[in-house]
Amino acid sequence: MSETARDTILDVQHLTMRFGGLVAVNDLSFKAARGKITAIIGPNGAGKTTVFNCITGFYQPTEGMLELTHATGKHFLLERMRDFKIAAHARVTRTFQNIRLFAGMTALENLLVAQHNHLMKASGFTVLGLVGWPGYRHAKREAIDRARFWLDRIGLLARADDPAGVLAYGQQRRLEIARAMCAEPVLLCLDEPAAGLNPREAHELNKFLLAIRNETGTSILLIEHHMRVVMEISDQVVVLDYGQKIAEGSPAEIRGDPKVIAAYLGVEKEEVA
Amino acid sequence: MSVLVPNDPKSAERVSRLDVGGAIKDAAVATVVAFGLFSLMLGLLTQPGPSGQLTISERPKLLIVSLIVVFVGRFLVAIFTRSLRVPLISRLISPKLSTSFRQLERFAAPALLGFALVVPVLFYSNRYLLDLAILVLTYTMLAWGLNIVVGLAGLLDLGYVAFYAVGAYSYALLAKNFGLSFWVCLPLAGILASFWGIMLGFPVLRLRGDYLAIVTLAFGEIIRIVITNWQDFTGGPNGISGIPRPSFFGIPFTSDPEGFAALFHLEFTPTHRVVFLYYLILALALITCAVTIRLRQLPIGRAWEALREDEIACRSLGVNTTNTKLTAFATGAMFAGFAGSFFATRQGFISPESFVFMESALVLAIVVLGGMGSQLGVAVAALVMLGGFELFRNFEQFRMLIFGAAMVGIMVWRPRGLVATRTPSVYLEKKKDIPAAIVEEARQ
Repeated sequence: MSETARDTILDVQHLTMRFGGLVAVNDLSFKAARGKITAIIGPNGAGKTTVFNCITGFYQPTEGMLELTHATGKHFLLERMRDFKIAAHARVTRTFQNIRLFAGMTALENLLVAQHNHLMKASGFTVLGLVGWPGYRHAKREAIDRARFWLDRIGLLARADDPAGVLAYGQQRRLEIARAMCAEPVLLCLDEPAAGLNPREAHELNKFLLAIRNETGTSILLIEHHMRVVMEISDQVVVLDYGQKIAEGSPAEIRGDPKVIAAYLGVEKEEVA
Repeated sequence: MSVLVPNDPKSAERVSRLDVGGAIKDAAVATVVAFGLFSLMLGLLTQPGPSGQLTISERPKLLIVSLIVVFVGRFLVAIFTRSLRVPLISRLISPKLSTSFRQLERFAAPALLGFALVVPVLFYSNRYLLDLAILVLTYTMLAWGLNIVVGLAGLLDLGYVAFYAVGAYSYALLAKNFGLSFWVCLPLAGILASFWGIMLGFPVLRLRGDYLAIVTLAFGEIIRIVITNWQDFTGGPNGISGIPRPSFFGIPFTSDPEGFAALFHLEFTPTHRVVFLYYLILALALITCAVTIRLRQLPIGRAWEALREDEIACRSLGVNTTNTKLTAFATGAMFAGFAGSFFATRQGFISPESFVFMESALVLAIVVLGGMGSQLGVAVAALVMLGGFELFRNFEQFRMLIFGAAMVGIMVWRPRGLVATRTPSVYLEKKKDIPAAIVEEARQ
């Protein structure tokens, strides 16, 4: 395997997604580097979330290839896999633009559901668990410890036994990220994690995401409108507009790119002509 | 144990003000409606006249008196409720009842269990009550089984009786045609019922909410209609009679020297069998309850609940929602199968008439009334519901009316059932109950 392939965790090639006549994503290609934070930005309706839904299997892409490579060299073609298999085998997990926690379950339970497949095997697909197999009890203790670790990281250890639905908005955002991390992903996809956060919370989120990258080596793919978050933490930025990539590069390069400025702020008529 | 109950701060401060104008308006509206209803029903009387033809006589006095009664009555109710600003029923019964239910549960559940264990001793001579107790336990078991599908996994199943029927016919046919004993047939009936649970599960995997309810309803009817029409196999509308009665681990409950009474040197009475049946269904119901409680604490139970809360989030975490749904259907159906084969051995005769939609509705009503919060709520609901049915046996025609009114009343008072909180399956520091308001209901 070439060196570049080893450094790339996700290789998106010619991704196209059409809904009837509407082209949401058009021939998009980019590479997300392993152990790095890649941000996808763009104006509303640019197709960012559609890209996410294709990567995580919620949509079947019309055309294109999504190749995920583990550090072990194992390949996955995500466009051919179903959503839950992508999370379970390719180890790509995600959060949602409008938070999707299990509101009626406690924060701890939310984090345990994320470890479902591991626990399911440990419980002998329920049969051994039903009879109180010691191996399952051990696995459950480990799972609770992992949940405790992540709850501590997001500062919600004291709220572990409170239902997710009563947590404050910022806390729910963090809990959703922690839940995605409990599934032990190699690639974490965050759909607008800073939406609705105040500047202090956004700053804390930055620190948290950097810590995830540095400590666990998890690669992060990020959709974000919050420019401060994008510019401060991302290693690489991909800019979409009308479903097409208009720029790609480091945050500094993107900041000065006239095409990006035009997409965000609009241009005067003479300039277009 | 603490409960997060949202208090209504407004209720206290507004108690004093009387809203007479509003009450008069309410009363006037009620009177107009009453006039519309009563003008023909009470105001006019048709009687056979002297020569045989119908004559109409007017009864203005009766009409006016009844309208006055409606006006005054509605006015009083309105002035009471409007000044309190909260629904009458929730005012009359403490809103904290759910909390106390929870606290009660610790004592009530063992007490109820203890009572259930001694019922045959206490009412040994009362055959009617023993039969009723068996009926209540059968429905409790069914409701606990359905609670897995509806309460935990959030899949609204209106055709649950189909699995009950599969269980009953499995036992009846296996026992009659192959002479298998009850204890062999019981697991077979469970397996067959859960097989049909999976058969139903597959086509409805993609459906949610109302659509799922309609398909399950149809499935229940299909099973019943197939049973009715498959004359050669199931006996059709004539049913199956002479189903082998249960034996005490091989010893029959008969009066001959080989029978139970003779072997244990007791005087023969048919009550022995009834008492045995009672303990049998009690054991089956308790197994259902224990397994459900245990499953809730296992990953599969948590996945069911997560599925009820948010299916898409489940898939994003790698939970195989297909398998999760199918296991919920299969597990629920298995318990219905057990209950069905018990039903067949108890009755000795089964026919499609026992497996009508009304049965599904009754079991679902018990689950809804009990609330998905606790097994106790469901048990109490089964007791109240079937006990209530028996109480009103003499008013056959009004039974459904009272049943409906009671349902409406309880749903106004406790929209989420008797026990409206959810207990977490796992905790770090302290088990805190979760108010039902934020827990999803069956509408997937």
